[in-house]
Amino acid sequence: MRPFKFTQAADAGSAVQAVSFNAGAKFIAGGSNLLDLMKEGVENPTELVDITRLNLTQIKSAGGGVSIGALAKNTDTANHPLIRQDYPLLTQAILAGASAQIRNMATNGGNLLQRTRCSYFYDVAMQCNKREPGTGCAAIGGINRNHAIFGASDKCIAVNPSDMSVALAALDAVVKVRGADGKERSIPFTDFHRLPGDAPEKDNNLQHGELITSIELPKSNFASHSYYLKVRDRASYAFALVSVAAALELSGGKIKQARIAMGGVAHKPWRATEAEKVLIGKAATEENFKAAADAAMKSAKPLEYNKFKIELGKRAIVLALRRATGKA
Amino acid sequence: MAFEENDVALDADQQMTADEEALLDELGIFGESRRKFLGQLGGVGLGALVLQVLAEEKALAFSDSETAYVAPAVENPVTVSFTVNGAKKSLELDSRMTLLDALRERLGLTGSKKGCDHGQCGACTVIIDGRRVLACLTLTAQCEAKSVTTIEGIAKGTDLHAIQTAFIKHDAFQCGFCTPGQICSAVALMQEAKNGEASYLTANVRQKTGALQLSDDEIRERMSGNLCRCGAYPNIVAAIREAHTGKATDPMAISQMEVHDATV
Ligand SMILES: Cc1cc2nc3c(=O)[nH]c(=O)nc-3n(C[C@H](O)[C@H](O)[C@H](O)COP(=O)(O)OP(=O)(O)OC[C@H]3O[C@@H](n4cnc5c(N)ncnc54)[C@H](O)[C@@H]3O)c2cc1C
Ligand code: SF4
Ligand code: FES
Ligand code: FES
Repeated sequence: MRPFKFTQAADAGSAVQAVSFNAGAKFIAGGSNLLDLMKEGVENPTELVDITRLNLTQIKSAGGGVSIGALAKNTDTANHPLIRQDYPLLTQAILAGASAQIRNMATNGGNLLQRTRCSYFYDVAMQCNKREPGTGCAAIGGINRNHAIFGASDKCIAVNPSDMSVALAALDAVVKVRGADGKERSIPFTDFHRLPGDAPEKDNNLQHGELITSIELPKSNFASHSYYLKVRDRASYAFALVSVAAALELSGGKIKQARIAMGGVAHKPWRATEAEKVLIGKAATEENFKAAADAAMKSAKPLEYNKFKIELGKRAIVLALRRATGKA
Repeated sequence: MAFEENDVALDADQQMTADEEALLDELGIFGESRRKFLGQLGGVGLGALVLQVLAEEKALAFSDSETAYVAPAVENPVTVSFTVNGAKKSLELDSRMTLLDALRERLGLTGSKKGCDHGQCGACTVIIDGRRVLACLTLTAQCEAKSVTTIEGIAKGTDLHAIQTAFIKHDAFQCGFCTPGQICSAVALMQEAKNGEASYLTANVRQKTGALQLSDDEIRERMSGNLCRCGAYPNIVAAIREAHTGKATDPMAISQMEVHDATV
């Protein structure tokens, strides 16, 4: 790990200033992703600004929905009565990620900004456009079993590893950030993360120095019919091969609203809007779930080693919908 | 030839410092053998040897001496005051130092293990302010005013924690490398279950619950952050089950040798 200056931020304003005016500076929250990458030499900040003591840990009702502090821990968020009661999908998604120890360290802001687990990104001896723009992508001709089937580019085929973000995409969350001018702006969740395009070094649309202050959840009618399904190589403590956040609002035996988001398939949490369209106005039947799953996977473009993700994705969507409607 | 060496040796013997004398005394090298030993050293000189032996001894004779430790010049020193196993500690260290390294290298608490150093194995699990966390991914600089409990602080004096007793009874380890992390993790898990905290296996997270009775599958899921290379998992689960339920089970009973249906 390269030497760095350690700065304890007293308040959000000074934290933002400290990072904004030092290109080599980064915020550190739980450290569970950043320190790992620093040990690998993938991230080499010259200054770390500790934001864990900022007063941004509250989880409270706000405007019909709930506001979640960026510095609240994943564990506390998942177990908060407001979240368990009104956004069980988020509770499940958080609890599907990492381990109890890591969720106790991880903050909500840090979770959204965790970087890809592409093994070539982690290995500083390999070509990687995300780590070192312009060097190429070793994964494209390499072992790409864990990589994207949607929205990839010829510069990068990595996937976003966050489980929490998949649920937030389904729930139409909004990310609040604070910039160097002291002003706050709001970013709809589906615009928060980026597809790789020509600039895979950019995971998201934050500016350097912008601080996530909170995540806003709108009022939800999905609490009684939602499920987060995670499929992985072992039963627990592994990143998703494919995951599905499914949420339905049922009314008179028909699906009034549907949300389906997928993890492990794209550079950002992937909203399967085609599948959602198929479900609206239909009955919650196996047949309709299958039609939705087919629609979701229609535009998939698999790579050499991840063709299995298409069939797996379909089955995962059907199973998640079944569980969301109490059918399995 | 031998005669000449001896001469040199005698010469060296006469010029030995008090440190050097003490070292040879300690090594039990006296009289004739001392002269022979010095002769064999030839031109290397005793000074270098003494320095090396003393340095090694110092390193081996580790004491809980954050005050005695003379830190090499650090580029970005930070001072951290925190509590470790109930005792107040104040350390000046490199901003890069993880809590795991501070515990092991600076405080002599080598119970917490470095398995992977990347958050993947749980061998470094400690409890900070009541929560289990990974010491290898925690910067000591972020621990100001926090209270850390390591495996060394789990027992009350000679009274073992229920989890420790159960681990011994159920033979929940083989090489023991993962055990400190497993035990710290399990101790915290008992509290999480009492608090009614949910897991990915919780059937309905909307249902309010009090203290939980965990199934074996739940114990496995909640302990999945602690890997065991020796595969002592069945016995680890048995130990935690016993401590958690308070119901003694016979570690030799066949019913304990469970067959796990992996349907998670
Ligand atoms: C072994 C292992 C397994 C894991 N498995 C999973 C898994 O299955 N699913 C999953 O979803 N995750 C998993 N994780 C990842 C884990 O969820 C993340 O490491 C964690 O959420 C990051 O949060 P943090 O607070 O520790 O972030 P940090 O490591 O402190 O920060 C991460 C990044 O976010 C930036 N940052 C942090 N907070 C803010 C803020 N408020 N504003 C602006 N920038 C900020 C930092 O500058 C840094 O760049 C795993 C991690 C490990 C080590
Ligand atoms: S897929 Fe993206 S992260 Fe992985 S090697 Fe290619 S450019 Fe790097
Ligand atoms: S040493 Fe910390 S998790 Fe492996
Ligand atoms: S007992 Fe050897 S690693 Fe667990």
